Amino acid sequence: MTELLVTGLGVVAPTGVGVEEHWASLVRGEPAIRPVEGFDAQRYGITLAGQVRDFVPADHVAPQLMVQTDRWTWMSLAAATLAAEDAGYTPPEDDVYATSVFLASGSGGNEFSQHEIQGLWAKGPKSVGAYQSIAWFYAASTGQVSIRDGYKGPSGVVVSEGAGGLDSIGWARRVVRRGTPAVLVGGTEAGLCPYALLCQVTGGRLSTAERPEDAYKPFDRRANGHVVGEGGAILLLEEPGAARARGAQKVWGEVAGYGATHDAHHHEDPAPDATQYARAIRLSLADAGVSPDEVDLVVADGAGVPELDRLELDALSAVFGQRSTPVPVTAPSSWTGRLMAGGSALNVATALLAMRDGIVPGTAHLDDPVDVPPGVDLVASSRVQDLATVVVLARGAGGFNSSLVLRRHRPEETS
Amino acid sequence: MRERRRVVVTGIGVVAPGSMGREGFWDMITEGRTATRRISFFDPARFRSQVAAEVDFDGVKLGLSAQEVFRNDRFVQMAMVAADEAVADSGLRFGVGDADDAPDPDRVGVTLGSAVGATMRLEQEYVSVSDGGRLWEVDPRYASRFLASALVPSCGATELAVRFGAHGPATVVSTGCTSGIDAIGYGAQLVEDGDADVVVAGASDAPISPISMACFDTIRATTDSNDDPEHASKPFDARRNGFVMGEGAAVLVLEELGHARRRGATVYCEVTGYANRCNAFHMTGLRPDGVEMAEAIDRALAQGRTSPDEVGYVNAHGSGTKQNDRHETAAVKRSLGPAAGSVAMSSIKSMVGHSLGAIGSIEIAATALAVQRGVLPPTANYEVPDPECDLDYVPKVAREQKVDVAISVGSGFGGFQSAIVLASPTRRES
Repeated sequence: MTELLVTGLGVVAPTGVGVEEHWASLVRGEPAIRPVEGFDAQRYGITLAGQVRDFVPADHVAPQLMVQTDRWTWMSLAAATLAAEDAGYTPPEDDVYATSVFLASGSGGNEFSQHEIQGLWAKGPKSVGAYQSIAWFYAASTGQVSIRDGYKGPSGVVVSEGAGGLDSIGWARRVVRRGTPAVLVGGTEAGLCPYALLCQVTGGRLSTAERPEDAYKPFDRRANGHVVGEGGAILLLEEPGAARARGAQKVWGEVAGYGATHDAHHHEDPAPDATQYARAIRLSLADAGVSPDEVDLVVADGAGVPELDRLELDALSAVFGQRSTPVPVTAPSSWTGRLMAGGSALNVATALLAMRDGIVPGTAHLDDPVDVPPGVDLVASSRVQDLATVVVLARGAGGFNSSLVLRRHRPEETS
Repeated sequence: MRERRRVVVTGIGVVAPGSMGREGFWDMITEGRTATRRISFFDPARFRSQVAAEVDFDGVKLGLSAQEVFRNDRFVQMAMVAADEAVADSGLRFGVGDADDAPDPDRVGVTLGSAVGATMRLEQEYVSVSDGGRLWEVDPRYASRFLASALVPSCGATELAVRFGAHGPATVVSTGCTSGIDAIGYGAQLVEDGDADVVVAGASDAPISPISMACFDTIRATTDSNDDPEHASKPFDARRNGFVMGEGAAVLVLEELGHARRRGATVYCEVTGYANRCNAFHMTGLRPDGVEMAEAIDRALAQGRTSPDEVGYVNAHGSGTKQNDRHETAAVKRSLGPAAGSVAMSSIKSMVGHSLGAIGSIEIAATALAVQRGVLPPTANYEVPDPECDLDYVPKVAREQKVDVAISVGSGFGGFQSAIVLASPTRRES
């Protein structure tokens, strides 16, 4: 199969704007989940969120573009620039179709749209501005990045709730197989305005705790839901020959395998067992040609809902239960909150950083872990560990299961 | 290199304005009837464009449970009804174990396109929780418990996966107005790449709501021919003045050729190529030269080793805006070269309106039926030629014509340009 290289990372996250800022915050275990600012979230029973406080949109987005777009797109535009800069990437002048943008989206341009619907119903149709038609829909960020940066390759947008960030990578591989050498993938999310938060509250999976240490606690006995975060990550993927040909200086790692399944059980209830989740993991390992014994770390979805945490541990045990030593499992989303489509993209960035530095970030507030099944070693505190192969998992509400295998770059074997 | 897995269409389901089901839709478009009318869903008096192609849709009468109707936005309901028809049409039986017609559930995927997802429900509920637009910090007491799924349109893919017990890869594809082509294109890629043997692929949109109408009003993308709704959608005609909003869904069953053959399935056509490109120019504007759409058409034709000379029918995007129809005409001329002079090209948006992301799948359904039946649907309301749109648009009356290769194209906000190629199963490969 085509092995893809990750050659650029762009991060806009509650932990920081910029890949190193994010990583330093994560390794130090700095609290990024804090009381919601900007509106009265208490009306919805919510105290905490992972807001991106260091993000100054005007530093990243031109003024005329800013008025046309939602905060979610500002973050995508910023992350796409950061990823291209990190990669030292400029699109080849002789092939305008050589670069694609293939992002995941979750809830679209929430705050912008709430303003416009508000105006429509309060004042009438003429109050709706010229940009509602291009700011709200789920393809807005992909379209704007393509236009701003001149990327004309086969672009796309997939929606699979929290699994979207991984799925954009899965779909991007098909784009590369069909001849496009470079694809921007990942995504961002901004669901922290009154209406979007209220929508999420109705799903019944948010923690109402008032202190961070009591709130989003994946795999803890006191797990009681998750905290909403915003932001995400955009990554540049390149076909190895093309990356070499342009003299790419940096390779974060290889995308070695991917698998996706759907529980197809119920429109909102969790699956009765972990069969399909485990199958997604196995598909990705088979795709990568990696055995369960070779996996050095799993970056878990970490739903923070007891039943969903149990299903994830069952899936991991089904795949890794026969190992002689259990596989380390961490849930770094616990530091940022869940960023929907942006979250799984951010976890890919985090996994690549962990691989670079040989540091496994721990799981926040994992004070009293649940009983773990055979094959699983929950990582509560950051630890030093050499990492060559990392599996990143993600789930989307409704039953989407996705698994991605990342491998440390071995230049001698791909040249 | 392993042999390329080939993808065929073995089932079609349609929910379109002015008709019932696949056959009702086919009868309507081949009779050249239009389904555009004055908007009845709300009072459109304060809107610039007051015309739409609405579906007289009753989910319960069409086989959905009351619970399914209650929890789902209209776009999901229409997708479910179209998918039911497509799956029944395919003869595949899901969830019956090892029977010959039962696909392996782990090898069944879902790709559902939608440009605007659950807009209608999100807007309606917003009116309640905001007290008619008065409260920015909305009131949670009036919120429905299904808002969480409405917020993220992947709920539509979930409903279809659950419905058919499909455990393969599932996703919603949301590339604006090319979503319906892209969803079927991605579905075909799942089969080609060996990740699924069967994919339930299509698109659905239900955008006839005040916020959607208002946002297209302000940019004058929609027609203001309010005094003559039945003739409001006029693609390629010199009098065209904007698109007519529509709604609906179409779902196809895509199947690996060998899988379809082994069970003796009826094959409508083969999906031989799909490609998309971006114009990287403007979110809503189109350059008149059509270069990027032409590139998408070229790539899609090349994938299926089909030559421009073989294309007998182009199912146009033909939205009826000034710029689109000119752009598209230029793109088809650029791709097909001299062959464009003799190709038949029509826009069914003249009859069923422009249902944003859904229309791409509805148009692919029409194209597949045209290939199977040797009848090309017309462009209704075409009266006055435009010098910049000088191809054969099959005016007003359907045409009996056997077609070996047909293409369907789309163009959307964000700069997306997509093309898909369908070939007759009886086509003789050159």
